[in-house]
Amino acid sequence: MTYRLVAAAILWLVVPVLVLDGQPGIHDPSTVVLHNGKFYTYGTGGGLPILVSDDGWTWRRAGTLMQALPGGRPGPDVIARGGNNTWAPDVIRVGDRYFVYYSAPGTQPKSAIGLLVGKTLDPESPAYIWEDAGPVVWSDGVEDSNAIDPGVFHDPTNGSLWLTYGSYFGYIRLVELNPKTGKRLYPDRKPINIAINSEASIMIFREGWYYLLVTHGSCCAGANSSYNIRMGRARKVTGPFLDNMGIDMLQGGGKLFVGSSGRHIGPGHFGLLDLADGVQKFSLHYEADLDRGGISVLDIRPLLWRDGWPVAGDNLTEGTYQIESVRTGTALELAVQGMPVGGFRGRGGRGGGGRGAGAGRGEVGPLEPIPSQDAAQVVASWPAGAVDVRLSPYMVQAQQKWAITPVANAGGYPGSPYFKITIAGTERALTATADAELVALPAFTGAAEQLWRIDELTDGTYRLMPKAVPNAKDPLALSAVGSSKPTLDTFKADSDRQRWLLKTP
Amino acid sequence: MHRWLSKLTPALAVLVVVTGSAFVAVAAQDTAARPPAPTLLRPKTPTRAVDAAGFVQRWLVLEPIRVAGQLTESTVQAAVKTEYFPNQLTVIPRDGDRVTAGDAQLAWHALDTTNYNLNLFHFAYALGKPTSNVLFWAVTVVNAPREMPGVRLAIGSNAASVWWVNGEEVIRLYNDRQSVIDDGVSNRLTLRKGPNVIRAVIVNAGGATDFCARFLDADNNPIKGITTTLEEDRKAAAH
Repeated sequence: MTYRLVAAAILWLVVPVLVLDGQPGIHDPSTVVLHNGKFYTYGTGGGLPILVSDDGWTWRRAGTLMQALPGGRPGPDVIARGGNNTWAPDVIRVGDRYFVYYSAPGTQPKSAIGLLVGKTLDPESPAYIWEDAGPVVWSDGVEDSNAIDPGVFHDPTNGSLWLTYGSYFGYIRLVELNPKTGKRLYPDRKPINIAINSEASIMIFREGWYYLLVTHGSCCAGANSSYNIRMGRARKVTGPFLDNMGIDMLQGGGKLFVGSSGRHIGPGHFGLLDLADGVQKFSLHYEADLDRGGISVLDIRPLLWRDGWPVAGDNLTEGTYQIESVRTGTALELAVQGMPVGGFRGRGGRGGGGRGAGAGRGEVGPLEPIPSQDAAQVVASWPAGAVDVRLSPYMVQAQQKWAITPVANAGGYPGSPYFKITIAGTERALTATADAELVALPAFTGAAEQLWRIDELTDGTYRLMPKAVPNAKDPLALSAVGSSKPTLDTFKADSDRQRWLLKTP
Repeated sequence: MHRWLSKLTPALAVLVVVTGSAFVAVAAQDTAARPPAPTLLRPKTPTRAVDAAGFVQRWLVLEPIRVAGQLTESTVQAAVKTEYFPNQLTVIPRDGDRVTAGDAQLAWHALDTTNYNLNLFHFAYALGKPTSNVLFWAVTVVNAPREMPGVRLAIGSNAASVWWVNGEEVIRLYNDRQSVIDDGVSNRLTLRKGPNVIRAVIVNAGGATDFCARFLDADNNPIKGITTTLEEDRKAAAH
């Protein structure tokens, strides 16, 4: 059994690196949902606190869900089956309505999961109201179940709707829901047990496999929380869910999806955010964000796929990168005459050696390392002003090394701030032009055509998109139209033209 | 294999492969023993459609001009900006026209290539002309059935090359490189309805040398509904 803390909302202004900006404090977040251009999530706490974001990067508190419910609290039937608390909700859109499932525990494991039904998530909308639809499932405090932590799943193969729930005491359970009402489709049927030793369960589907993601470990102890997300997969929605070693999750199996790393301890409560076009992300919370005093915070990270399993990606961090086209294998560079690293020299170790002068060909004495090339060594030969960009074989030269740097106070997109892309050691900034081509301008101005959204795609490659392209109505992505020619074009998920590798030089 | 040796391989092949090509080398002092270019033909029709992949297969090519053969950006730019013969950036030559470049008399040749690319090594070798440290001029006229905005010229060249469409420089490729389809691609441009002049300079240092060219539509697919001509609408193309 676990004990939950309500994460305090702390206004914390940070340099935009790693996790989200604004007020991301939350515990047990629901799956992040995009509705009418805004992102929403709900968490554990009195009345189910709301976090909203205009771009998926900067988040703010926006009251609670229960404020829009008559009485401002769970209905009497929910309280009777469970208790007064409001924890760990999940939300899904079905047709033109939203279903919010929330935990209403009393003295655990006596608990219930209630349902709220509404037509909009936007508190500013005249249509914003939540209807209490009563309890959906519950646990009586004795049976092998603790009915909290709902995770709702829409099966894309047949349109059916399912609810998983449970927390450590007994089983993770599965029931089928009626998509018309959000309540149980077969209330008299016994729930199906699908896992143990976990909580925060939820399902996703991909290419014939149902994946059950759950959170193992302990929560609610700040940096002492061992929360980690694990998974199994099955060919049927009802299981059995086996991990990578064939161990049934009903027997404690679970392949690690993501654990603690860096400055963030205790990841839990997976939620899929599918942005289409091969871009998938997942929401989660960390029990402790060491950069924010150890509070629990929301994060959104890239979701990758490898060998039939989801892989937790990391949001791009500041650094110097080679930007290599997947299509052509050539690298983005400033269109200037390159200088070989170390200057022009033959194969010999002492320069100008030519054939026969290199190591193994009679060279004697220690060979001195050649320093890496940076812009300071060669920038004097580069033309001033705007310079074209092109693609060339990567040769570790200064005009091929790009500094990718988050930009403060410029907004962002789910999980990340916008970045500027400049030649390392200079302010020459990659810029979208009015004719949807590319140029490097001498300085970064903060204009939208110099702000870049960089999404990691499900295959681990990247999509790079300017925040805006002058005269373009639709988003465009960096594209390799030829081996030597980068441009901006509509992103097509089935093509390698707009896929890029970001490698450290 | 050493890079330069690998580039020699096509040359060796030419020595042992003799085809029934109709292209006859223009008389040159050392061509008596040279077979005709195996991939090049003299055009027999007024116009020729681009091939199934959109490649332009009809060109006027000037016999090679000797240059230093350096392929860096600065040396190629210097080579391109050198005036070798009058009106070199505007002339639409005819088959057999001659120019004087330095102390050399050079002829333009109308060529149809049987491949997607035009093999300049075959061309020069058959004429008994140098193939290394040389610069080639190539010109063709593309007829568009309608105005075609948002298209791109896409080329590959061995080695460096500079390209113009209707007098505007649109592609520059430098350094030693192989001819790769759609290596150099222009910005989006508009093909006029009717004739459009495509002009190129290809600079080779050593070994094999060739180029290919086609147009891509807004979806980056090859444009197939265009033809090339060497005789018709020359006046229109010149304007």
